Amino acid sequence: MRTYVLRRVLQTIPLLLGISLITFVLLQLAPGDFLNQMAENPGISAATIDAMRVRFGLDKPWYIQYGIYLKNVLFHLDFGQSFARHQPVFEVLSDGFINTLILAGAAALITWGFAIPLGVIAAVRQHSWVDRTLSLVAFVWLSIPEILAALVLLMMAARTGWFPVGGMRSLDYDELDGLGQFLDVLHHLALPALVVGLIPLASRMRQMRGSLLDVLRLDYVTTARAKGLSERVVITKHALRNALNPMITLFGYTLGALVSGSFIVEIIFSWPGLGRITLDAILQQDQYLVMGAVLMASLVLIIGNLIADLLLAIADPRISYD
Amino acid sequence: MTEVTPPDPLVLDSSPKVIDALEVVAPQSPGVVFWTQMKKSPLAIAGGLLLAVFYLLAMLAPFVAPYTQEVMDRSKYFHPPQRLHWIHADGHFSLRPYVREARLVDVGSFEYQDDPSRELPLRFFVRGAPIRILGLVPTTIHLYGVDPPGRVFLLGSDSFGRDVVSRLLYGSQISLTVGVVGIAISFTLGLLLGGIAGYFGGWADTVIMRLAELLLSVPSLYLIIALRAVFPVDLPSRQIYLGIVAILAFIGWAGLARVIRGLVLSMRKSDFVTAAEALGFSRLRVIARHVLPNTMSYVIVAATLSIPGYILGEVVLSFLGVGVQEPSASWGNMLNQARSIRALTTFPWLLFVPGTAIFLTVMAFNFLGDGLRDALDPRRVSGGRA
Repeated sequence: MRTYVLRRVLQTIPLLLGISLITFVLLQLAPGDFLNQMAENPGISAATIDAMRVRFGLDKPWYIQYGIYLKNVLFHLDFGQSFARHQPVFEVLSDGFINTLILAGAAALITWGFAIPLGVIAAVRQHSWVDRTLSLVAFVWLSIPEILAALVLLMMAARTGWFPVGGMRSLDYDELDGLGQFLDVLHHLALPALVVGLIPLASRMRQMRGSLLDVLRLDYVTTARAKGLSERVVITKHALRNALNPMITLFGYTLGALVSGSFIVEIIFSWPGLGRITLDAILQQDQYLVMGAVLMASLVLIIGNLIADLLLAIADPRISYD
Repeated sequence: MTEVTPPDPLVLDSSPKVIDALEVVAPQSPGVVFWTQMKKSPLAIAGGLLLAVFYLLAMLAPFVAPYTQEVMDRSKYFHPPQRLHWIHADGHFSLRPYVREARLVDVGSFEYQDDPSRELPLRFFVRGAPIRILGLVPTTIHLYGVDPPGRVFLLGSDSFGRDVVSRLLYGSQISLTVGVVGIAISFTLGLLLGGIAGYFGGWADTVIMRLAELLLSVPSLYLIIALRAVFPVDLPSRQIYLGIVAILAFIGWAGLARVIRGLVLSMRKSDFVTAAEALGFSRLRVIARHVLPNTMSYVIVAATLSIPGYILGEVVLSFLGVGVQEPSASWGNMLNQARSIRALTTFPWLLFVPGTAIFLTVMAFNFLGDGLRDALDPRRVSGGRA
């Protein structure tokens, strides 16, 4: 197990190097850079621009720039400076990352909090009207794109005024006490989390149902029933535990996918997370911020997949990686 | 990106049927088996028919649309959808529907009021702007319209006073083809690279699979947006269209290549491949004629289920303002018009019209794909990443 983890972690290194190289090359291929945009501002002199160009090494060929970037990241953990925000990239991204994590965490709670009970109900009452209704709803639900769900909820928020129409905090956030601040963020969080959380709900629910149905067919469940155990005990104590195994893996994979999944929702709801920051950075050609954001998002995806594989090994003694 | 149908074998489990040995009289051809299976899923057939209608409308868009996509009426910004009426002001009924001319009563809030005395009868096969159907047949006939200077806005008008029906139809030419063209490119790439990796193994396998892994390790929207940054925003719309397709295809091949590699790997040692090799066929011929055709049922299903991902890719890019540019219409940049709080509260049709079109298309592809999966491959396969 330990060797496996070590190997997987080591494999991540060339992967991240490759991603950073590709992103860097792509950004170099893009026409113009942030300083070109600055140069259009008459208030900034050409000399200032040239000075900045030299300071950030933007006058050198791209492979030297990449080398400098890599050196700074590896030896000083310095991800560079955001041109547009005048802040170290690391600071900008860690703020954004925490916000994305809050959104993704809340969304995961919604997804799994509903998916598992609904899936269990659908499986236990297979072919009942509950099951049929849930199946039908799930079938249609799968086709709702996040972008539409987000816009429809935003519209309802704007029409009813029950929820804020974007952002993460109210204007008077700083004047609120601790509880007030918490509730304020929660209020802002509700709709974006609902969108990110409800979209994968349908497929998770179907997977939970399928998984439990598979287990309920097994002999040991029949044995448990034959022993005269109540159906409740058979389901919760015997069947459900094994049925949850595949769900645990899925949970790991969705951890990574949540970062990607919240991208468009963050933009529509002006949630100051990683997706929002990345889009702004790309539009402003804020080179190092883009680099950092893509690397961070990829890292989350890779770690999520690793956790998924490990969770499976922990939850299921039949699987071992050695 | 959105969830593109379950890529899992657990969902939609068709319960195994006990085959009565006496019933099996003659072996059926694959085509017959396919159709018998397809007929069992009405949703898949409905999805297929809906798509057929949508693609037909896209082909005939210039003819079906009352106006071209650029035509603006600067006195009719944010005109709400018009209702069709059959009963006239004097109470009598006529078979030909009419719409009412509306006047702008409040310029600030774009409030329109119907004028019951101004009836604009809907006319069919009317003369209008010169167009080319399918880019070939020149004509001035449009499917429907009203007598000028009146205007027909069955689904409302947008912020430039352009007819939403017309833009929806013209936009479908972009939004509906992005998926098909993108899939054609990425699946060719995926099949070829996956086939090579699986069949030859060795360094080719290593290089291709590491590259695929790299692409799959970056969250897709981040990669799409970063790739988009390579091209200037203000390109001619034809180039933007090609750029979007290229980006989506570049990202899309990786997931497929990985699955195809696995399928080919498991097939490589099978008897029919050994037989083909023993006959002295070249390796490329063995791949192309013997191995890859056996992955076809998987590929067809995966392609159908992946198309929505491509369509949504265009929608997201155009929605963010870095995709198809005005005045060209696409479903994504139509949605962009609904982005402001004002539009969402006051002009809901700007969201619901393109939104419904996108939703129905995605759903139709998902239904069709699920039906195809059940019909084509009784052993069933899991889907690829869009």
